[in-house]
Amino acid sequence: MNQPFPISALETKAVDVDIRNVDLSYGANHVLKGINLHIRPGEFFAFLGPSGCGKTTLLRLIAGFNQADGGEVLVGGRDVAHLPPWKRDVGMVFQSYALWPHMTVRRNVAFGLEERKVPKADIDRRVAAALELVGLAHLADRRPSQLSGGQQQRVAVARTIAIEPKVLLLDEPLSNLDAKMRVQVRRELRDLQQRLGLTTIFVTHDQEEANTICDRIAVMNDGIVQQVGTPMELYEKPSNLFVANFLGTANILPGRVVRDGGERFFDIDGGVRLPIPAHVVVPEGAKLVFRPQHASLGRSDTGDVLLPGTIVHSEFLGSTLRYGVKIGAAEVSIDTPFHSGEALRQPGSAVEIGLSLRSALWLAA
Amino acid sequence: MADATIAGRTRAPSAPSGYFKRLSASPGQIALAFGIALFLLLFLVVPVGTVIYVAFTEKGTGEFTLVNFLDFARTDLFIRSFWNSVYVSAMSVVVASVLALPLAYITTRFEFRGAMLIQTLGFLPLIMPPFVGAVAMLLLFGRNGTVNLLLDDWLGLKIPFMEGLNGVIFVQAVHYFPFILINLSAALRNIDRAMEEAAQNLGSSGFRLFRRIVFPLAMPGYIAGASLVFVKVFDDLATPLLLNVKDMLAPQAYLRVTSIGIADPMGYVISVVLICMSILAMWVSARAMRGKDYATVQRGGGGLAKRRMRPWESAIAYGVVLLILFLVLAPHIGLLLLSFATVWSFSPLPDAFTLAHYGRVFGESFVYVKNTMIYASIAGLIDVVLGTAIAYLVLRTKLIGREWLDWAATAALAIPGVVLGIGYLRTFYGVQLPDGTPLAALWIMIVLALAIRRLPYALRACYAALQQISVSLEEAAENLGATKLRTIRRIVLPLMGGGILAGFVTSFATAAVELSATLMLVQSNADAPLAYGLYVFMQSAAGRGPGAALGVIAVLLVALCTFASHVIIEKSQKAKAAGR
Repeated sequence: MNQPFPISALETKAVDVDIRNVDLSYGANHVLKGINLHIRPGEFFAFLGPSGCGKTTLLRLIAGFNQADGGEVLVGGRDVAHLPPWKRDVGMVFQSYALWPHMTVRRNVAFGLEERKVPKADIDRRVAAALELVGLAHLADRRPSQLSGGQQQRVAVARTIAIEPKVLLLDEPLSNLDAKMRVQVRRELRDLQQRLGLTTIFVTHDQEEANTICDRIAVMNDGIVQQVGTPMELYEKPSNLFVANFLGTANILPGRVVRDGGERFFDIDGGVRLPIPAHVVVPEGAKLVFRPQHASLGRSDTGDVLLPGTIVHSEFLGSTLRYGVKIGAAEVSIDTPFHSGEALRQPGSAVEIGLSLRSALWLAA
Repeated sequence: MADATIAGRTRAPSAPSGYFKRLSASPGQIALAFGIALFLLLFLVVPVGTVIYVAFTEKGTGEFTLVNFLDFARTDLFIRSFWNSVYVSAMSVVVASVLALPLAYITTRFEFRGAMLIQTLGFLPLIMPPFVGAVAMLLLFGRNGTVNLLLDDWLGLKIPFMEGLNGVIFVQAVHYFPFILINLSAALRNIDRAMEEAAQNLGSSGFRLFRRIVFPLAMPGYIAGASLVFVKVFDDLATPLLLNVKDMLAPQAYLRVTSIGIADPMGYVISVVLICMSILAMWVSARAMRGKDYATVQRGGGGLAKRRMRPWESAIAYGVVLLILFLVLAPHIGLLLLSFATVWSFSPLPDAFTLAHYGRVFGESFVYVKNTMIYASIAGLIDVVLGTAIAYLVLRTKLIGREWLDWAATAALAIPGVVLGIGYLRTFYGVQLPDGTPLAALWIMIVLALAIRRLPYALRACYAALQQISVSLEEAAENLGATKLRTIRRIVLPLMGGGILAGFVTSFATAAVELSATLMLVQSNADAPLAYGLYVFMQSAAGRGPGAALGVIAVLLVALCTFASHVIIEKSQKAKAAGR
């Protein structure tokens, strides 16, 4: 399906999803703690986080498979919290696809329309349109077991969009595909979503998946939304250590803030003292955080501060060289561009790390 | 198996694994395969072949003929027997379904206190021969049984539960319904929760959801159970005989051979019909299952969501479950009462209670228990030895024709017990020991018949046990210098231990209550097993008390073994899980 999707006969209208103060516990296990999120009409939105963070629970709550202890879920301005799953009109694609093995592809896709008592002719038209949209019109009479993983995934999507849902929910839809298919299918999903203009929520634990297809991401951990933003915002301006660590590689140097005269300094554990720029807000208990590419071996800019360290390991990654450098008690990663003919510095050699404080952040947990 | 040879002889030993596989059919393994093949040939293929041969040949001349089948079709009694058997089997499936469906559905779909207990109690009927229960059922549900006496007192009516074919249907359904319960429950449990949620997500709910998604997905499991019940009822001999119903096929086969004589061809013709019906039912079941491996539970996913019942739903559910449990446990309750009863006739409950029956059983009738222990033990031992050997040859060697061993051993499933008994009688009666005793009169023949009957089940247990052992464990042992034989002894057998033991106990427990094959082979009371003793006792009114006591002992014996096998399997699974 490298061809662009055909214009669809399916009619979808973008609505927003508003999650207000949602709380959920299983016994003593507090799974969702006061979740507040607003997902805009037509947005491709991700719930991103490690397993057990509550992202799937939240998705299932929107679909009606979990009941919140408190709070509201509004779809297109209407509170759906009291509605059973079959009256919500939010289409969900399951992680396992959940295709019914005793029905053909066509019957699977027609199911939701039959349940809605849609006239026969309309069912045929919309099933054909949905299958056309995912490029599987020629496999309509197969059984799910006769399809490849990628094809099954598309049937699951077609089955869901055939009912023209208000919102599309995707529960780790790429996790059962191999690495190559995953890249292809995620582009297809993005393309399809753009074409339909359908508000879509995507649950994943893979930051690359979320970064590549989503407009905005809610990073979740421990039942709490840590930060909401575009992929770039989250990468460049993480609001805490968890987000910084979860999206990309982050170097974290522990230490403490000291005042000397009118100036603030950051004493890195192990002895090095850095000046803290005047405008920077440093929260209580903060640590110094920077990305591997924001530091260099030796000073690369006159504004850089220098940190003495020792190389503990070195890796050739193709376009870059990655060094593991011990600074005080902590170890950081430094990426430098690879120049032809350059030799790797050997472990044990002493180096000075040049760090641009403009790109560095002080973040608390 | 005549062409058993070493596979891949011409292939160059390019890879080390290929090299080992080339060597894997050693002379010892070939000898083993021949030994097993000979055993199956002598005690399964030849007896069954003889039965089929006699059915198709003219009496006396030995020429091929279809006259015997024409006679069968022309005899009213046989045709009536055939339709009676079909009717009884089909109705047993229906009644068994009525008993099993609510239990399976309630325990798998709802949060139901005592679900485990129900599933366990549901197995109980299986551990008692159906004909033993038949007597107890007569006393409880017969024309002058407890229930009808009470109904007559209160409402002035009687329900003919046990009249004629009704009785057979009722007893068989109560006895065999666990097959449907087990298969249907497993099928329901194997449905991934997402299957149901996807339907709800698309707008389906309630009974429509059940009809369109849940039931079709559980259908293969139901059919597997139902076809098993059909075959078992169709083949059962002792229950109709004990209820004095003679115009069914299996009793007719038995009666022809025992009363008219071993040379009369009609018994053999009926046997062939029985085999055909068995194969037909299995074929139907296999067809229904083909391409429908609906076990859809994914990793991380659970079975169907269990719903909490509303109070009134709960009340109805408990009522239904208790009623069904009373019905299916009635034979056990009745048997227990009977075993302690002095006189129990024309009264809802026995007149008085006594321990005399148990005294009598432990005195003069203990020979039955002793024989059963010996027979079932040897049969179980034969089964696990053959089962392990066949599983090893099939899974671990490249011996040509090794699948045939598996197929032949499994084919025993399609052979009704009465047919095997007739085959043994015909085949081995002519063969005599030096002192003139016919081979068929030896007690060891009973053991062999039991072993053949139970082999398919033991084989599957051994097969599964071996399948779970990674070949690399054996390769590691060989790599460290252990020979094939030493590897089997030190690595394979210890790891298979739990599965082999479970196979043995299953064979033992079911062989202990088997009657259809042995009824024909028992020559004297001194050689008779427990099930035969029970049958003899139960035929006379005076023998019912001791018979019931013997039945209770049989039930306890089998229950103990079943429980032991359960514990053993759990333990070995836990040990393996810990080792992982």
